[in-house]
Amino acid sequence: MLPKPFKTIGIGVAFSPNLKANLYEAARLALFFECKLVIIHVGKTSEEKIKILKNFLDNFKNEKLSYEIFFKPGNPVDVILNASEEKNIDLLIIGAAKREKLFTYYVGSIARKITRKAKCCLLLLINPSIERVPCQHIVVNGLEDPKTEQTIATAFYIGLKLKAEKLTIVEEIKQNEIDVNVEDDKSLRKAQIIKERLRNRERSRINHIIEDIPKEYTQNIAIKSQPVFGTQGYSIGHYAQIARADLLIMNAPTKMSFWDRLFPHDIEHILTELPTDVLIIQ
Amino acid sequence: MSKKKNNIKTFFKALPKNIFSGFVVSLIALPLGLGLAMASEAPPIAGVIAAVVGGILVSLLGGSNVTIAGPGNGLVGVLLVAITTLGLESAYAAIICSGIILLVLGFLRLGKLADFFPSSAIQGMLAAIGLIILGKQFHIMLAHRIKRKDTIDYLLEIPYTINDAVHYDNTGLVFAAIAGVLSFLIMIFYSKIRNKYLQLIPAPMWIVILSIAFSYYFELVAHEKNPIALEYMISGIPEFSEIIAQLPTVNFSKIATFPFWTSVLALTLIASIESLLSIKAVDKLDPEKRRSNVNRDLKALGLATVGSGFLGGLNVVTVIARSSVNVNNGASNRSSNFFHALFLVVFIVLFSTQLQRIPLPALMAILVYTGYKLAAPENIRKIFKIGREQLIIFFVTLLVTLKVGLISGIASGVFVTFIIHIIINKSFGLFGRNLLKPNVLMYQEDRNYYVSVKHFCSFLNFYKLKSKIEAIPETEDVIVDFSLCKFVDHTVMENLNNYQELFIKRGGHFEVLGLDLHDTDSKHPFALRRLLPVPKLIKNSLTRRQKTIDELAEDYKLNYTSKKVRETHFLDNFLFFRTKKINYVYNQLIDKNETLNTFDIEFSEGEFIAKEVIRSTMLHIKLDKNIPEFTLDQEGFLEKVYAFAGFKDIPIENHTDFSNRFYLLGEDAQAIQAFFTDEITHFFESNPYYHVESNGRDLLIFGRERLASIKEIKALYDFGKRLQQVVS
Repeated sequence: MLPKPFKTIGIGVAFSPNLKANLYEAARLALFFECKLVIIHVGKTSEEKIKILKNFLDNFKNEKLSYEIFFKPGNPVDVILNASEEKNIDLLIIGAAKREKLFTYYVGSIARKITRKAKCCLLLLINPSIERVPCQHIVVNGLEDPKTEQTIATAFYIGLKLKAEKLTIVEEIKQNEIDVNVEDDKSLRKAQIIKERLRNRERSRINHIIEDIPKEYTQNIAIKSQPVFGTQGYSIGHYAQIARADLLIMNAPTKMSFWDRLFPHDIEHILTELPTDVLIIQ
Repeated sequence: MSKKKNNIKTFFKALPKNIFSGFVVSLIALPLGLGLAMASEAPPIAGVIAAVVGGILVSLLGGSNVTIAGPGNGLVGVLLVAITTLGLESAYAAIICSGIILLVLGFLRLGKLADFFPSSAIQGMLAAIGLIILGKQFHIMLAHRIKRKDTIDYLLEIPYTINDAVHYDNTGLVFAAIAGVLSFLIMIFYSKIRNKYLQLIPAPMWIVILSIAFSYYFELVAHEKNPIALEYMISGIPEFSEIIAQLPTVNFSKIATFPFWTSVLALTLIASIESLLSIKAVDKLDPEKRRSNVNRDLKALGLATVGSGFLGGLNVVTVIARSSVNVNNGASNRSSNFFHALFLVVFIVLFSTQLQRIPLPALMAILVYTGYKLAAPENIRKIFKIGREQLIIFFVTLLVTLKVGLISGIASGVFVTFIIHIIINKSFGLFGRNLLKPNVLMYQEDRNYYVSVKHFCSFLNFYKLKSKIEAIPETEDVIVDFSLCKFVDHTVMENLNNYQELFIKRGGHFEVLGLDLHDTDSKHPFALRRLLPVPKLIKNSLTRRQKTIDELAEDYKLNYTSKKVRETHFLDNFLFFRTKKINYVYNQLIDKNETLNTFDIEFSEGEFIAKEVIRSTMLHIKLDKNIPEFTLDQEGFLEKVYAFAGFKDIPIENHTDFSNRFYLLGEDAQAIQAFFTDEITHFFESNPYYHVESNGRDLLIFGRERLASIKEIKALYDFGKRLQQVVS
């Protein structure tokens, strides 16, 4: 049995037309993961606001949702980050904004700052809805990274809890790993062979990770492994969009070496055009 | 070891053919080399030197197979400027420098640089070069040498020259003009006369042979002086020994000046564009379907240019006309390029004095014809057909090139193209936001490569798509999906069309999807395409995919309608659509009995902000009997939906493999088990996987939740047809 990855879910709310949908999504997730829900509002507390929130959350009374409401005025980024540390939040939900006319979603400037600084897992929701939209297809990254094992394990946990049917592990193979510039027939053949070898290597690596995960998590879900050749951190978003995934789960960027410092640049791409709901695992 | 031996054997076997085609090419290369050099105001032999050095070095070091290297048409304009502003000796220095830059470009693998130019701008530039050649040489062709400052003045004076030529009273000039006009007529009508013996020798060589014969006739038979005025004869062709002995002085003193480097830049730019375009075009002609190593060729061309510059020759580029003659005459490897150079040396050694018997107007007629071909009104008509905006790009590039210069010309072409793209899309953000994003994703589906392009795809970021496509062997199946792409420009469409031809020639399959909902201004397949926010019901033109479907319909004797139909009641009873809203079906293919209907469909899931629009290709079969309702699916996607409706996976006895691989769901388990006889079960086990659903009377079959390629449509149709037979 895997340890429970999430114990407390936090959500920052504003009193906008989306409030109800956001709350419903958060409450449902809290119930699925058997967590406590912390509702954070940046602003002064008032009876009226609490009443509105309670009104919505009363619909989950039967399921015994435990929740806490937290009010604090100040700089939204700091308040939410401090609150999530204070309350031991390990999954923070952030609503994404939608660009007018174009049907694309992006993370607003406040949310983006939170994304960069947060120490807990983050869930970026693109279209919160009041009715539950079943989560059928989860796409998770399979990067060669020490965090990946944990990320994939969490993905299986979520898959089980949300009763997803399919989980695709995407290995993004970087261009510089192929190391052959295709110029003519000979180099093309060479590149093909290297690609095939990389594909097999990635596949076996992923299979090892899956083997280490308890069977009860993996048996009821269709597992697919898909190597894609492209820019790390970005191609997976593109893939999730094409594969019409309902949830994309990714590692948080590691900031260590020079190359890793380039990585946030890629996650910025995903943040400017969210392909679907994105969960970033710390 | 044996393979290597084999290579040597095939090489020697192919040698006679390559020697022959090298010979034929040298027949064109000789007059063209002389003419191109004279048009650039360099000594005539400079062109031949470039061809010889190019032929030898590129054939030994290059990376392409059946190309010919030598002096290029496109460079005439730039060389002319370089020689007139810098002087010949400094121009050689500029040629050497441009050779070095080309070499560096090759080492840096920047062969893709030529991809950044919109194709209409390149067309405009080439037309301008054509006009520069034509404008200048037309006067010499009619024996009326003039000197003007501006290229446009040369063009404007053509009528006066014609008028003067009609009224010549000097017989020397009259004969010179007649030689010019006759040669021009030979160039025009040569390709129209299909005679086996006549076609053995290329037109430019006929001109050379006839004019030399003419001169000998007067000398040996009529015992008269050649009637063509002496100043209109080629002069200054040195003996072979002189070329070796008297190397030109190369003057690097102007290396610190601005005009020197603009010349170098222009030379490099045009040399690389002309070479890369030619290599790409020749690769399509290669009978053995090889892929050229562009960067290696660039290195060889650069080195050859340096060598040619030191020996007193012009820039070396890959030339399309000579290369195509090379292929047509049976060349199969690089040795033909080598032999073409060798034969040129032989000609110069043996006939250098005879070459002085060629009248200048005759030689210039060849160039006038080349210039005309580059700037032919036909090209303009073709561009107009693609779209009005392309014509603007074309003319802006053309006029700026003529009026200011080549670099400004191509730069203005790029700029205007970009502005037009912004205007068409009414958005700068589309380009500004997405330019640097890696917008192309490629991965391998079961059997084919799938390439998806996001945001926009134009000359600005085509190289990203290109590098992905280049990494796919041409024998494979490729699907390029533009449905997430809002804007695709003409340069991309044209290049994709080239890939399509290439893949088909080499046994692969290349298909472009997702453009059916994009709008165009013209009916041309290369027209730029913009995704419409609100799809029109009636569209101006069919996409290539739609045209291919139309052909497929004829082939399979089906009725094809591309129209969008909102009447979709025949799909209502399928469980799959219970939670989905069908917007319309289009591209319908219906068979004679109206039982099999293949169609593209757009449907949406969810509403308002959760709305997702999906396009897919499906097959609907009307059955003549009732069957139980069921759903057959591999991945269990719909399991939940059906579990919700109280259905569960139904096992079929004695077919564990089938039961393991498929989810079979339905209400009436007994009827379904009875319906899945051995025959039907075997059919599903042994055929590719599709989602199959029955609503009691009809069947619905589809593969992926995206539009199918033509090949996939055929497979789907075939599957449905056989299933229909098995079921009924």
